[in-house]
Amino acid sequence: MADTAQPAAVALGDATVAFRVAGDRVYTAVEQASLSVADGEFVAIVGPTGCGKSTLLNVAAGLLKPAAGSVRIFDQPLTGLNRDAGYLFQADALFPWKTALDNVAIGLEIKGAPREQALQRAQGWLTSVGLGAFANRYPHMLSGGQRKRVGLAQVLIRDPKILLMDEPFGPLDAQTRQIMGNLLLELWNADRKAVLFVTHDLEEAIALADRVVIMSAGPSARIIGDWRVKLPRPRDISEVRMEKDFHELHREIWSVLKDEVMKGYVQSTRSAEAG
Amino acid sequence: MSRSTLLLLQLLVAVVALAVWQFLTTVPVFGKILLPPFFFSNPIDVGSQIVKWFSSGVIWKHLIITLWESILAFVIGSVAGVLVGFWFARQPRVAAVFDPYVKMINALPRVVLAPIFTLWLGLGIWSKVALGVTLVFFIVFFNVYQGVKEVSNTVLDNGRMLGMNERQLMRHVYWPSALSWMFSSLHTSVGFAVVGAVVGEYLGSAAGLGYLIQQAEGVFDVAGVFAGMFVLSAFVILIDMGVTLAERRLLVWRPTAAEGRG
Repeated sequence: MADTAQPAAVALGDATVAFRVAGDRVYTAVEQASLSVADGEFVAIVGPTGCGKSTLLNVAAGLLKPAAGSVRIFDQPLTGLNRDAGYLFQADALFPWKTALDNVAIGLEIKGAPREQALQRAQGWLTSVGLGAFANRYPHMLSGGQRKRVGLAQVLIRDPKILLMDEPFGPLDAQTRQIMGNLLLELWNADRKAVLFVTHDLEEAIALADRVVIMSAGPSARIIGDWRVKLPRPRDISEVRMEKDFHELHREIWSVLKDEVMKGYVQSTRSAEAG
Repeated sequence: MSRSTLLLLQLLVAVVALAVWQFLTTVPVFGKILLPPFFFSNPIDVGSQIVKWFSSGVIWKHLIITLWESILAFVIGSVAGVLVGFWFARQPRVAAVFDPYVKMINALPRVVLAPIFTLWLGLGIWSKVALGVTLVFFIVFFNVYQGVKEVSNTVLDNGRMLGMNERQLMRHVYWPSALSWMFSSLHTSVGFAVVGAVVGEYLGSAAGLGYLIQQAEGVFDVAGVFAGMFVLSAFVILIDMGVTLAERRLLVWRPTAAEGRG
């Protein structure tokens, strides 16, 4: 291992992802994507709907195998699931038959931690995501935002070195998104993990991340831009949006993203018409 | 509508129905009794028959036999259904091979199996249990099979990303999901367990509620048939209430625990 530079937490090298659809046809979702996330770095991937952002995330998680290219996690080639990563899903992924507390504790229990200790630490995590009083609720008794908080605690209690997030706040309303964003930054500030955060919301990406990566419209989506966000930390999501640097960066990235969003929109209507 | 008025109206339905029945079977309308008592009996005779059964205590033996048969049919059928459903769902090849046979057996009206079971297992409780098992098994089996196959992919992926191995996925994801489907069909499967027991008894036995009804029918004792039917429905309602209580405890995590699938 080279000791000159720290190995990247996630490094995708020319990764191409293809799916077999309807017999022999092959759909290429992502083409030759190269991306590296340094340890402790917060990277957001932004792109139009259906561009394969989540696909890229699933490759980093080891849930999908790229057809070509390499995936390295801390300089080790990834085989199977990425054991260093915690994954926060877009859809509801909590176990509906477990209480909030059990949902959070499960990550420790399956590692063999004694139940008492797992529950105690889970309670601690629920408290730090602001749900200390909701330990005994089942997921269906919680609001969308509360479920995301439980999800966050569920992932973080395992102390993963890499955090993969797939539009985690997508289904939430605007205010809740801001609150969740601030909560995420607060937790991340306390213990900087490498974060790969997928979103379609450019403002959210700039407000949260150290780097914003733009993908083109699919199919065969590519990475077409990479910007460093030089806003000072710690940030407050709602305040950082007022700053001049924020606006300039937003305008700059949007000028690139805009065309792709339109292409993506046209493509999605076309494929909907095709079947 | 408040709870008490609802109860009152519900009672009223029973009272009116019984009164009409009593009236039509005892009071001549235009010189003719509309419902001949020989075929329709009357509420008072039926009621006194029920009272007689309970005061003499003969009914308990039959009730307990039917209850036992139902419980055994339910337990054996459910356990087998869960195991086979699980196995088929996890082994699609096995499921594909057995698929036509499962469909064939399920298509068979189960009543025709009763004579076979009686030949194999005799007139005792086991032939009735077997009939109930064939009914319960398929309900539980199909539900569990579906439940395991339809586990949300996101939840599964989440389990994997949290570090679960196959065994832990089984315990924390597949198993609870399958059980929840089984519980949601609890009302249906318990009901069918009773049906299996009673039909089995009716077709040939020496004890049980079905036997009681069949005996009464054999001597044209219509009051006895009706009395048996009333006791049977009260029995089923009691069991169903028990199931509802169990369900409430087992499916607390479900948003609509009250309205089960099935």
